[in-house]
Parts: sequence; structure tokens; C-alpha cells
Amino acid sequence: MAELKVSVVAADQEVWSGAASMVVARTTEGEIGILPGHEPMLAILAKGEVRLTVVGGGSVSANAEDGFLSVSQDVVTIVARNASLVGS
Amino acid sequence: MGAQLRVYTQKIKSAQTTKKITRAMELISASRIQKAQQRVAASGPYSRAVTQAVSAVATFSNVDHILTTEPEKVERAAVVIFASDRGLAGAFSSSALKAAEELASLLRSEGKEVVYYLVGRKAVSYFAFRRRAAEESWTGETDQPTFETAKAIGDAVVARFLQPASEGGVDEIHIVYNRFVSMVSQVPEVVRLLPLEVVEGVEEPGDHDLLPLYEFEPDVGLVLDSLLPVYIESRIFNAMLQSAASEHAARQKAMKSASDNADKLIRDFTRLRNNARQSEITQQIAEIVGGADALSSSKK
Repeated sequence: MAELKVSVVAADQEVWSGAASMVVARTTEGEIGILPGHEPMLAILAKGEVRLTVVGGGSVSANAEDGFLSVSQDVVTIVARNASLVGS
Repeated sequence: MGAQLRVYTQKIKSAQTTKKITRAMELISASRIQKAQQRVAASGPYSRAVTQAVSAVATFSNVDHILTTEPEKVERAAVVIFASDRGLAGAFSSSALKAAEELASLLRSEGKEVVYYLVGRKAVSYFAFRRRAAEESWTGETDQPTFETAKAIGDAVVARFLQPASEGGVDEIHIVYNRFVSMVSQVPEVVRLLPLEVVEGVEEPGDHDLLPLYEFEPDVGLVLDSLLPVYIESRIFNAMLQSAASEHAARQKAMKSASDNADKLIRDFTRLRNNARQSEITQQIAEIVGGADALSSSKK
């Protein structure tokens, strides 16, 4: 099955990167879910949690603030000035 | 003769003291370069991601936006100069300032007014000494830059950029900083941030991906509005980190050659001192022998 290559990046470091089967994020327009094969997109993130469903089970959540989300050819990049993982 | 000996001893002492200081600074810089380089590397993913997103917007949309379009007439240009807070770093600050001066004279020859934004105490004092005005300056953390400062600088220049030229706004933003190439080489670099000139890392659409049409949320204008300040900040932050790494490298090199010079001075003065001491002894012996001769000949 196709998977998403996700990286969560803060201004001074890479917070998380890996493969995920689904990404749920909150944009200024509302929540958005991204599955493999999503069309290329650039969206502004609202303050909130980004939830990743990791390939092979489990999930990761990260707080992202002041950033945006880009999707292109199953590569998802969540870029935020402040981003941190929520206690795993 | 004794005076000569004392002078040399003094000079040796002073060279030794200087060497202690320069050696300590060399070691401090050497230990900080590693950290500065790591920070440059750690900020890489962010600036790469931001750059990719900006190039995506610039390449795959044909929207007119104030931040991407070239103004018809450029009246004023802002130059952000990244120097250091402290000296003793060789040509570090002066090479950035020299590059900035060249850029400024080029801009003036094109009929543009130049306004300066300064980062680092050395740049501020350079301007103060020449009684030149700068718009704003940031000092105190060039060796360990924080993202907050980058954000403050970014906000200041973008706000100025968004003002109309008739109200004192600028039409171009340039940055001048020292790029860290290696431990022995730091190159002053001039980059035009706005309007976007070269968007790095633009991937030419290959055969398999026929111009992906980006979807923007909420819409292209708003995405650009929020994306470009972020892009500027990340470029400025990257420039600050590069500049910090370069500063440490330049200081380490300068202090190493200062320590080596002190070593050489100490060696030379020690030779001279030994010479002086030996000639003093020779003279004393000559005096004693002469005195003894005089005594023995007067007894006869």
C-alpha cells in the first residue's frame, strides 16, 4: 500500500520524520485528512494538533503553531515556527 | 647592559601574556564552531521545506503578488548587514561591510536610495564612526543567534517592504553575510531576498509529473501572504547561523595565527636576551681580567 513520507519541521530542528498512512491537521479552514494520493496542496495551519497514523501501527501527535502544510507526490511537510511532539 | 636584559625580559613576558589570551580565545572558538555548524545543519530541513513551498507557489501558480512581482521603479533598497559583536576575528566584519559598501554604491549608481539594517556591534560602530544613519540595529547575540531575533528582523524588513515607496517603504531587500564554506574559508555573500529573484531548489517538472496543480487553502493570495514572511525569516535565520559559524571559524584562524606570532616573538626575544646576557658576562670577565692585570702589574 502507498504511504506518505511525512516530516514535521520546526525552525531550529526536524521534529519527526517517517512514513505514515494518514495525516490529520487543522488548517485555517478546518480539519483536513490526507491519505496517500492526495493532490498537491499548500495550506496554512491553524494552531492545533497534527495527528499522524504511523505505518505499522501507532500514532504520533505534534503541536504545530504558525506554519503551513505542503503535500506533493505523497510527501507531506508540516512546517511550523514552533512545533513539538506531544508526549509519546 | 643590564637595562637591555630587562627590556627583553619585559617583552617576553608581554608576548607570553598575549599568547595566553589568544590561545584561550582560539580554543573557545574551536569548541563553538562545532555547535554553530550543528545549528546550521539542524535549521536545514526547515529552510529547505520553506524554500520548496515557495518555489512550488512561484512555479505552479501565476498569481500576481506584491512580494513576487518586480516593481516598475525601485526608489529605495534595504540592505541588511550581518557583522559580529566582537572583534579579533580577522577580516570577518570588515569583509561583510566591504561587500555591503560595494552593493550600496552599485545600488546608488542605479539611482536607488539605500537604507541600512545592521546586525552586530561592529557594524553599528562602523556606521556610528562615519556618522551614518541606520534604520534599526540588533546586537548582542551574533555568536549564538536565536530565531526570535531573526523573526524581529524579518518583521521589520517585510513591514518596510509592504509600505508604499511614497511613505518611505523599500522596494528591494538585500542581505550581506559571511557564508560558511569551510573552517578556512568564509565568503561574503550578497543575496537579494525580495522581490524573489532566484528560488533555489526549483525542481524542473520531469516526465512523470506533469505540472502538479497545487491546491491552496484558503487561497493563493493568503498562502503567499503568510508564506513569504516565513521564507524571509528562514533565510535571515539561516544567514545569521552561517554568519555565526563563520565568525567562530574566522576568530579561531585569527587567534591561531596570533598565538603562532606570539610564539615566534617569544623565541626571537629569548635569543636576543641570551645574547645580551652572554655579552654582559663577557664584558664582566673582561673587566675582571683587566682589573686583575692592572693590579698585578702595579705590584711589580
